[in-house]
Amino acid sequence: MKNRKYLSMLALVGAFMLVAAACGEDDGDGGATGAAPTGGAVDCEADEFGCVEIPAGSPIKVGSLLSITGETANLGTDSNHGVELAIDYLDGAFDATDGQLLGHEVTLQQEDDGCSAEGGQAGGTALSADPEIVAVIGTSCSSAALGVADEILGAKGILLFSPSNTNPGLTSEEAHQPFYFRTAHNDLIQGAIVAEYVFNELGIDTAATINDESPYADGLAAAFRDTFEGLGGTITTFEQVNSADTDLGPVLNSIAEGEPGAVYGPNFNPVCALTATQGVDILPEGTVQLGSDGCLESAFIETAGELPAGYYYASSPDLTVFAEGAFYKDEFIPAYRDQFGTAPTAVFHAHAYDAANILFDAIEQVAADDGSGNITISRTALRDAVQATSGYEGMTGIITCTPLGDCATDVTIGLYEYPAWPVEGGTEPADPVYTDTKSLEDVQ
Amino acid sequence: MARATEERPTEVRGAQLGRLERLPWRKIILVVLSVLISFLVVVGAYRTLTLPAEEAYGANAWKNFIVLGFAQGAIYALIALGYTLVYGILRMINFAHGEVFMMGAFAAFFFADAYEASGFLDSQPVLSLGILFVVAMLTSMTVAVLLERIAYRPLRNAPRLVPLITAIGAALFLQNTARGFFGSQTRGFGVPSVLEGTWTIFGLTLDRIQVLVLVTVVVAMIALGLFIARTTTGKSMRAVAADSEIASLMGIRVDRVIVTTFAIGGLLAGVAAVLFALTFESVNYFMGFRVGIAAFTAAVLGGIGSIYGAALGGLMLGLLQSLGPALILTGYNVPSPFQLKEAFTFLVLVLVLVFRPGGLLGSGEAEKV
Repeated sequence: MKNRKYLSMLALVGAFMLVAAACGEDDGDGGATGAAPTGGAVDCEADEFGCVEIPAGSPIKVGSLLSITGETANLGTDSNHGVELAIDYLDGAFDATDGQLLGHEVTLQQEDDGCSAEGGQAGGTALSADPEIVAVIGTSCSSAALGVADEILGAKGILLFSPSNTNPGLTSEEAHQPFYFRTAHNDLIQGAIVAEYVFNELGIDTAATINDESPYADGLAAAFRDTFEGLGGTITTFEQVNSADTDLGPVLNSIAEGEPGAVYGPNFNPVCALTATQGVDILPEGTVQLGSDGCLESAFIETAGELPAGYYYASSPDLTVFAEGAFYKDEFIPAYRDQFGTAPTAVFHAHAYDAANILFDAIEQVAADDGSGNITISRTALRDAVQATSGYEGMTGIITCTPLGDCATDVTIGLYEYPAWPVEGGTEPADPVYTDTKSLEDVQ
Repeated sequence: MARATEERPTEVRGAQLGRLERLPWRKIILVVLSVLISFLVVVGAYRTLTLPAEEAYGANAWKNFIVLGFAQGAIYALIALGYTLVYGILRMINFAHGEVFMMGAFAAFFFADAYEASGFLDSQPVLSLGILFVVAMLTSMTVAVLLERIAYRPLRNAPRLVPLITAIGAALFLQNTARGFFGSQTRGFGVPSVLEGTWTIFGLTLDRIQVLVLVTVVVAMIALGLFIARTTTGKSMRAVAADSEIASLMGIRVDRVIVTTFAIGGLLAGVAAVLFALTFESVNYFMGFRVGIAAFTAAVLGGIGSIYGAALGGLMLGLLQSLGPALILTGYNVPSPFQLKEAFTFLVLVLVLVFRPGGLLGSGEAEKV
């Protein structure tokens, strides 16, 4: 009796499997036979990650996994605005009316990366569970991507395209995930340029670093140290703190004992702002503090308030270079102000805009239309199309994606003296005091 | 015969075990442990102090570590008093006390922000600081009293675990209320220009804010001490702490005393809130949690239920966090010693509780906290 019960169960399961297989074949055929003018034939069965099918009238779903709450909310919100403007511009105008891609609307499903590995895990899992998500713009913080979102989404063949991850590990031989790309610069470049600025321009040959143990801060502090020591400088202290620390007095006091000429703290806020304000009292007069593109956002200005002149600098992509292209200055920024009621709050909106546009171009290239508006996108083909990006004229410069996922190969980094910062709350004119361009080959 | 020879060894073993059991193992382990720890501490400190001159901390650095530690510890002490007062009377841990502190800080922040924008903070520093303190104290007091009325009084006769859980719930509620209303980002707190820079007192150069913190805390402590020792309300508080049932039989209105206790705890938390915000020039919806945990640790360290214990515990904790990593961990070449300051603090807490379960100034016996 018992055996028979099992047998019938088995038969039932078998029947289901047959039906499922038949359905699967059907879908595959549909995609293949429906090869349409916009793209070549799509072989979804050959693609180990399958295809995304978008019936006529349904939107193309793109995810965003950015830091939109908490202390670093400015960073992620700014990038989200970049993506929203890219969707707006699909119709060729910033008119607050979303454009269409291949006759489909584009919807943005926003998740929060929490600027942490836990946030990347949760948001990445949520997005990867939705089979309709074509690709994801994110993450804001390297900690959310490195070994977390890049692996979770990569395992499903979902492209993860970051506007602001800068940790060198993400695009290193050892850790790079094939479905991960970024338009943000690699911190090997940023760290090197800041180190050269301190050593050559400021003429300071002793420096201390302080990082909040996130992969971002850790990687950048290490990049700075390597270049600085290579130039002949001395690192007096390589200190770590917890990102939730408020009382940084004792650490700064310990650092002050090494008598460094400069203190480099490439962190996120509020740690950047707190080291800046507390350092005024504790560090010897004349000590310079420097932060990075994670520090350079509106929250720093709000927390730090007034600081002595010539005391604090932060590095960031040189936005004046973007402004040389009239589009950024005359169309993009005014549209940003109009639609969101503020100047940019961080420095990666243009990178997000470029990432979204490269993604949309790649979708246009590989999507197969069956003639009646149903489109099929092969996940691997989409990845390959983004990978093949070369000489793309973006707002951030000429973009060419390397096999390891770095799409910003030539980068201009500027150092901005506080408070002349190119974000909401900063003073005008926000021009960098120093700027330098390096390519990936220079630093690798 | 054979049986006897078999039994004999077991008897011997039994006797040996008995002798071993009679040894005071607990004491021996404690003594060995304390010798080992003292040895490690002394060696660490010795190695730090005998580092070659170019690597060692100078006298000025040690002075700074101590002053920074005292200033932070004084603030912990004020908050720890709130924990300890309530514990003394109700035998419960008011885990929402950190949030009472945070609410006071936010109330002061809104005034400070407006005053900074209008220039009032710099033109009338004494008056505006006075207003900040009053606002923060009133807000913290109101929140503390409401907490007692809404979250704790209905559970007065419930098992001890129940109000503890309510307290955690109340803490989360207050934290998220602040997050919802005021946002999740750290906000800068305006400091009047009078308080920027340093003062030299008895040859010691101190930040003006640190002077303000230390003076205010000393004044607040003395005021509290006098209040508890001299006033009728203070006396009734002590009576309720000793035995609330007998106190109520003596005609003391226990409920009123409890409300007063919460109010005093709230007032002190309000003072601490302004001092904290001025010291670190920032407020944050999450600040109450970390500071609350530290202050609670301070209260337990000093002996929960004891007012002087809370003060001592707070100062010790501040000093440990500031001085400990530098003095002891540097000697062992631990990289980034300050990252370990909290691990260090809690290690000390564990040790104190192992050797003196009631805390430093506690009754000496273990309290179930």
